[in-house]
Amino acid sequence: MTESLTLEYEPGTVSGDDPLHGELMHLNVGPQHPATHGVLRLKITLDGETIREVEPVVGYLHRGKEKTCETLGWRRFFVHTDRLDYVQPLTNNCAYAMALEELAGLEIPERGQVIRVLLMELSRIASHLIYLGTTGIDLGAVTMFFFCFNEREKIYELLDAYTGHRMNNTYVRIGGVYADVEESVQDAVTGFLETFPAKVDEFEKMLTGNRIWYDRNRDVGVLTRDDALAWSLSGPNLRGSGVELDLRRAEPYCGYEAYDFDVPVGTIGDCYDRYLVRVEEMRQSARICRQAIDKLGKTRGGEFLAEDRRFVLPPKSEVRQSMEELIHQFKIVTDMALPAGEAYGSIESSKGELGFLVASDGTSHPLRCHIRAPSLMNVQAIPHLARGRLLSDLVAIIGSLDFVMGEVDR
Amino acid sequence: MNALERILSALGDPAPQGSTGRDGIPCLEIEAKDARRTIARLKSACGFDTNTFVTAIDRFPAEPRFELLWQFRSLVHGDRVRVRARLDAGPEGPRAPSIADLFPGAAYSERECFDMFGIVFEGHAGLKRLLMPEEYDHFPLRKDFPHQGIEPDRLYREWDRRRHEKPAGSAT
Repeated sequence: MTESLTLEYEPGTVSGDDPLHGELMHLNVGPQHPATHGVLRLKITLDGETIREVEPVVGYLHRGKEKTCETLGWRRFFVHTDRLDYVQPLTNNCAYAMALEELAGLEIPERGQVIRVLLMELSRIASHLIYLGTTGIDLGAVTMFFFCFNEREKIYELLDAYTGHRMNNTYVRIGGVYADVEESVQDAVTGFLETFPAKVDEFEKMLTGNRIWYDRNRDVGVLTRDDALAWSLSGPNLRGSGVELDLRRAEPYCGYEAYDFDVPVGTIGDCYDRYLVRVEEMRQSARICRQAIDKLGKTRGGEFLAEDRRFVLPPKSEVRQSMEELIHQFKIVTDMALPAGEAYGSIESSKGELGFLVASDGTSHPLRCHIRAPSLMNVQAIPHLARGRLLSDLVAIIGSLDFVMGEVDR
Repeated sequence: MNALERILSALGDPAPQGSTGRDGIPCLEIEAKDARRTIARLKSACGFDTNTFVTAIDRFPAEPRFELLWQFRSLVHGDRVRVRARLDAGPEGPRAPSIADLFPGAAYSERECFDMFGIVFEGHAGLKRLLMPEEYDHFPLRKDFPHQGIEPDRLYREWDRRRHEKPAGSAT
């Protein structure tokens, strides 16, 4: 795209006497830039090295997901939810499925819920590892990138063993999950959870007390409690500012009320607090995973997919033998309608509150599917945090807000 | 006292029409012209401190065509509320008051809503397209906009043409 930047000089800002404050400079960062974590473009106005104003420009990855949902229909949109926050596709699947289940009034069998919790928590760890690795490499801790991606690779192998894909799994269905977790996968997850906490300690040993890491993050991008709420932030960014709001606690879903875990909160809301919150969340997620594994052992052999032939596909073996099941399958695949009305389903994703507002007019094609993307709100907060800081702090702020452009642009 | 009763009693007279949605979230039906007053009351009297989203539904060909939805969450009370208003598309298109000064976090949602539906938010400082290019002519989430797009490569051709018009070596 060719576009010319208009260079405007504000009268009164140029002072001839003060050598430190001269002409304002306009700097364009992105959309192709490693520090912007995707195709984010920033129009920056600099006074020396101090940021006067930042304007995020988003939309370079806009694929029209909401329009696509209206065209494809409820069921076929599942694969598209994977491509929103592409570092945790299963979490997006769950959020979308929950909004539809809310609309359909569908209950999920216990084992299905346990499997969902396990998948969401593994995804949260994988997502936080990406945050830690990429922010680390941006701020000079290159080793972190390799260490974190090593661990993330192990999670991807687990998901591969369960779903058959490393990314874009699409394994959640309306009413539960596509397949049961085999015992071998369960053992592999247990094995991973045994070694993982020691790795988190190792990450902390490298960063938490590290002078450079501390100086680059402490007191940078400070977000007060009230500002965090007013700017619609959620997730670790909100908790970093000391607000104890975790939707897993506040509005439990998938049986989270039965799990034992702590919600870490920060004190002053700077980049360092947000880092500490995410590191502790990885430990807590591992703790939830262990409890989920226990529950999997207890519910072995149970149902993992609801039996409601209006919304849930019959098993393939029955379709081959029963005319009635074949008709059900045909109906669901060609035009599965949801009851008229609207519903909002939201979950605590690793980026914040991921919500789907779905509205149906009773036909097989959605009237509206709005995606409440936490990453968009995180991007929105950049100017507020970066104003008056140094250009190099912007890199730390972008990293600590942790957004994925696939979700911002949708 | 359930969430809806709490909100209605705190809002005071004249209380808007309220119901509880399928998802258990209280919904308020208001007139677009009362939106700012009601939402300011929700913030000051009912403790709704966070705007979750602002979005619209196009109910084409029904009239009035657009329905605007605001959703809020209260940290103290731990509940949510969804406010809805139908928008008359007057001669200059659908218009609604902006709440971005009350809830700074709503600014991007309103820009997105303007981008996708062409709803103009009055009083919004810096209302412009969010996701589509600024020169774009259409509103993609309107029901009369086809999924394939309208002349999807027109802008690219326009940008190409402009690039070739420039004399060689000049900065773009």
